[in-house]
Amino acid sequence: MMRRLSIGVLSIALLAALGWAVRSLPPEPSGLTAASLAKLPESGVTNPVTAVLLNYRGYDTLLEVGVLLLAIVGVWSLRRSEWAAADLRGRPLLMSLLRVLLPVLVLAAGYLLWIGAFAPGGAFQGGALLGGALVLVILGGLARRWLQRQRGLRLGLALGVLVFAAVGAAAKALTGGLLQYPAGSGGPWILVIESAAMISIGLTLGLLYCGGRPGEDP
Amino acid sequence: MMLQVFDWILVLVLVALAWRCLNDRDLFRAVIKFIALGLLLAVAWVRLRAPDVALAEAAVGSGLTGALILSARVRMRRRERAAAPHNPSGREAAR
Repeated sequence: MMRRLSIGVLSIALLAALGWAVRSLPPEPSGLTAASLAKLPESGVTNPVTAVLLNYRGYDTLLEVGVLLLAIVGVWSLRRSEWAAADLRGRPLLMSLLRVLLPVLVLAAGYLLWIGAFAPGGAFQGGALLGGALVLVILGGLARRWLQRQRGLRLGLALGVLVFAAVGAAAKALTGGLLQYPAGSGGPWILVIESAAMISIGLTLGLLYCGGRPGEDP
Repeated sequence: MMLQVFDWILVLVLVALAWRCLNDRDLFRAVIKFIALGLLLAVAWVRLRAPDVALAEAAVGSGLTGALILSARVRMRRRERAAAPHNPSGREAAR
């Protein structure tokens, strides 16, 4: 009883502190908002969120993709996935649902990737959709043979970081700044990075679901 | 006016759902409430004019995390069943 009461008091105190912090925020956007919006036409994309993520602060996003890779490396090195998906190929209803759903999911992921340059969307959202599609495929037992191909899986997981770093190195060679794209041509570079990142993010999120390294290893 | 009412209802439902999610004795129902909470949170992000965060919240916070927690619960139950094979009522005693 005492414990619950103290937890409640602490929660209310935290809520009050957070509320006070929000109230004391300046009403006008401050910081770098105006500067980043002013430079938007030069960034190669028209969606300010994507411009920040992949142009102004591309280094942060590179490290974030690296964090995702580290997460799956950690899970894979902890344990092997003993979890064998039920074979649902004999269930016609689920299979026909997947048959409709999977192409739509892949198409929507590609759409989100493309629209990320102009409107909300991007590699992470598209990758999350791909991850969801992969979870459905694994749940349906359709990915067993495919999950055995360790080398391909590992390449796919690392693809985002590899391409991101390669683009960074290429930009460094061209302009002298890491991830500083040549003037006026940011769009294609960003699209290349986001495509690779989306594949890696989707694979990572889907394979995290297995909770371990799939397949038989020597 | 209508939107303000909507926002207030959203906030109240979010807090109530979070509370029920934490306090539900049935873990399965708690997970379902968590997924619903994630979807409503995505709506809240849209209302805060952060559609990017809303998309990520709906896909990751609600969809994938929900699936992960559900599979974790299935594993937990399997382990509990293996630990106590002669449970007279057929349901797990300690959750």
